[in-house]
Amino acid sequence: MSDIVRTMVLWVPDWPITAAVRAHRLDPDAAIALIDKGQVFACSAEARIEGVKRGLRLREAQARCPDLVVKTYDPVIDARSFEVIVTAIEELMPGVQLLRPGMCAIRSRGPARFYGGEKPAALALVQLLDELGIPGSRVGVADGPFTAEQAARTTGRTRVRVVPEGESAEFLAPLPISLLELPPLVTLLRRLGVTTLADFAALPADDVLGRFGETGAHLHSLSSGADSRPVIARIPPEELDAQVAFEPPLDRVDQVTFGFRAAADRFVQALVGAQLVCTILRVELDTENGETSERSWLHPRSFTAADVVDRVRWQLQGSGEVDTGLTSGIVRVRVVPEAVDAIGNHEVGLFGAGPDERIHSGLSRVQSMLGHGGVLTAVVGGGRTLADRSQTVPWGDRAILTRPAAQPWPGRLPKPAPSTVFPAPRPVHVTDADGQEVRVDDRGAVSSAPARFSASGSGRESRSITAWAGPWPVDERWWDADAHRLSYRFQVVDASGIAWLLVLEDDGWSAEARYD
Amino acid sequence: MATGQTVRELQDRIRSMQATKLDSRLIPTHPAIADLLPGGGLKQGATYSVEHSATLLMALLAGPSQAGSWCGVVGVPEFGVEAAEGFGIDLERLVLVPNPGDQWLAVTAAVADVMGVVVTRPPKRASDSSLARLTARLRQRGSVLLVLGPWPQSEAMLSLSESEWSGIGQGHGTLSARQVTVTVSTRLGGRPRSARLDLDFARSPADIARSQADMTQSPALADRPELRAVV
Repeated sequence: MSDIVRTMVLWVPDWPITAAVRAHRLDPDAAIALIDKGQVFACSAEARIEGVKRGLRLREAQARCPDLVVKTYDPVIDARSFEVIVTAIEELMPGVQLLRPGMCAIRSRGPARFYGGEKPAALALVQLLDELGIPGSRVGVADGPFTAEQAARTTGRTRVRVVPEGESAEFLAPLPISLLELPPLVTLLRRLGVTTLADFAALPADDVLGRFGETGAHLHSLSSGADSRPVIARIPPEELDAQVAFEPPLDRVDQVTFGFRAAADRFVQALVGAQLVCTILRVELDTENGETSERSWLHPRSFTAADVVDRVRWQLQGSGEVDTGLTSGIVRVRVVPEAVDAIGNHEVGLFGAGPDERIHSGLSRVQSMLGHGGVLTAVVGGGRTLADRSQTVPWGDRAILTRPAAQPWPGRLPKPAPSTVFPAPRPVHVTDADGQEVRVDDRGAVSSAPARFSASGSGRESRSITAWAGPWPVDERWWDADAHRLSYRFQVVDASGIAWLLVLEDDGWSAEARYD
Repeated sequence: MATGQTVRELQDRIRSMQATKLDSRLIPTHPAIADLLPGGGLKQGATYSVEHSATLLMALLAGPSQAGSWCGVVGVPEFGVEAAEGFGIDLERLVLVPNPGDQWLAVTAAVADVMGVVVTRPPKRASDSSLARLTARLRQRGSVLLVLGPWPQSEAMLSLSESEWSGIGQGHGTLSARQVTVTVSTRLGGRPRSARLDLDFARSPADIARSQADMTQSPALADRPELRAVV
């Protein structure tokens, strides 16, 4: 049994919740639930007291605990915030293997020698986590990661459990078979009357191999306490991010960008040195009063040093001008490459890349004047209203179409589409020949034929209607009280030959678009 | 009538002899409109002013866009994207700057640097010197500027009138086809030229362009050799 490695496993219970609290700056004592695919994926202790548990549907969880703070589960946040913890542990004891966000394994031999025993080493680890502001972490020490993980999960008040060498089998024996993470096998074993790990371990190894294959044999050796998996220490990734701290804090956009220029050059050079280019960049800005602004920026190709400086500037200035002051001083700017690609895929060709490059740099210049969202490209998506159908994307970003245009979308406007679509609908008055306002009753019938409408909304400058069509009801999302929208659309042509798209809703008539 | 004809011919000759610049290259546009324009098309580096009609604007943009030009629209937040696609404008080569604010002139110039056709709507009158700078830049880059509204040095003014819709009645039907009169008047005087245009939305814009090209045999289009990129 010489190939079994004494292992320490650190486990932070409810890591997704801890990560979400840190990322979204939530109150750690609140009832929080993370939702994945409409079901509760993880919940805080407070929520658990109220009866929320994993696998519950969102509605039911909210019914059980009305002040539940609901967030969408994001595995990226999980992994990203655990990365900080792993780096901190690596400074304390080397050779950390990340098992999953919230759990990591460390070979215990070195730390045990250094701290004078496995228990002191484990306590040092728990203390480190407490110092980092992560309460409730547990550590288990045993033969192999599997047993150590179970030991970490069964610690009591001490938060550390050490299973002495060679006693893994006894420790694992009473534990239920469901701990093996292979649901089909677990179900089958239960049906066969095998309910604890000891029962499973008691089966002859050859028979298990013959019946359940390699995977089964592996789980069999786990449950008998012979976990031969080594702890493979991760190679700490190369530090590619760049940061600049400003002392005293700077409160002007141009000062900050100028101060970051050299760091941006170093950032891109370091990437080139690693034969990489950055395609997604994350910019983090820390302000004097402790706020952090974080945003990812996409690039159609790859970031150059000037592009990096531009992104920092856009994030700082928002929609303001270049020389606007900031509300609070910037103390730190950090850029992190979120996605990188091999430099070979991004080499500029000899031919063919010219005009596109020129247009990109020209538009980037406009973006640096107006902000990132000032220059848009448009995509026609699906949907019934005009606003739904035309979606704009800032130059350089990728369009995310939630409503595919290929679907039929019954109730959308027939062609031709109006050439002028008002950004905000303009209120209008539509009256019949007697001057009464035209209404549509519950059955969708018009009270009288529209004869005049005023485009200004005030009632003056009224135009006479020469032809009209409608009402076309659009009854969207009637099952959802908040998102329900019932409107009637009309096409009218005025005396000058210009056609209008008028919409009647609960709060009156408005002009949505013009066919001019 | 005969006298008028002679006078016009003589005026044309005088104008051609007075032209100080070399023949500038034309950008293809809707053939029926191109016939009305002085020179038979949109001239590179020239400015055209379009009177309050997004439809006319899109009809003008469709040709260059299909021919591979990039189009920029500055300061027109209500530009109907779906209609633009219906006219055959390639959305992948269409860039919108809806709210340039006070910097519209700088933005227009920056966009004109890289795009073949730029649409802008001046929120206010700019100074003559800045307009002259913009005009010089357009000439240098060979871009066409289409202005929604009046513009002091435009090559031609385009307007749309006598619009007639068909397919819609009193409480029934839908807007389906439209006939309009496009009128082009030039800076140098002369009689405004106009043509009746059929905007039939049931057919694809490429079909319309083709059929009208056959009908009118616009020299600007017919003489253009068909070029194909060899990759």
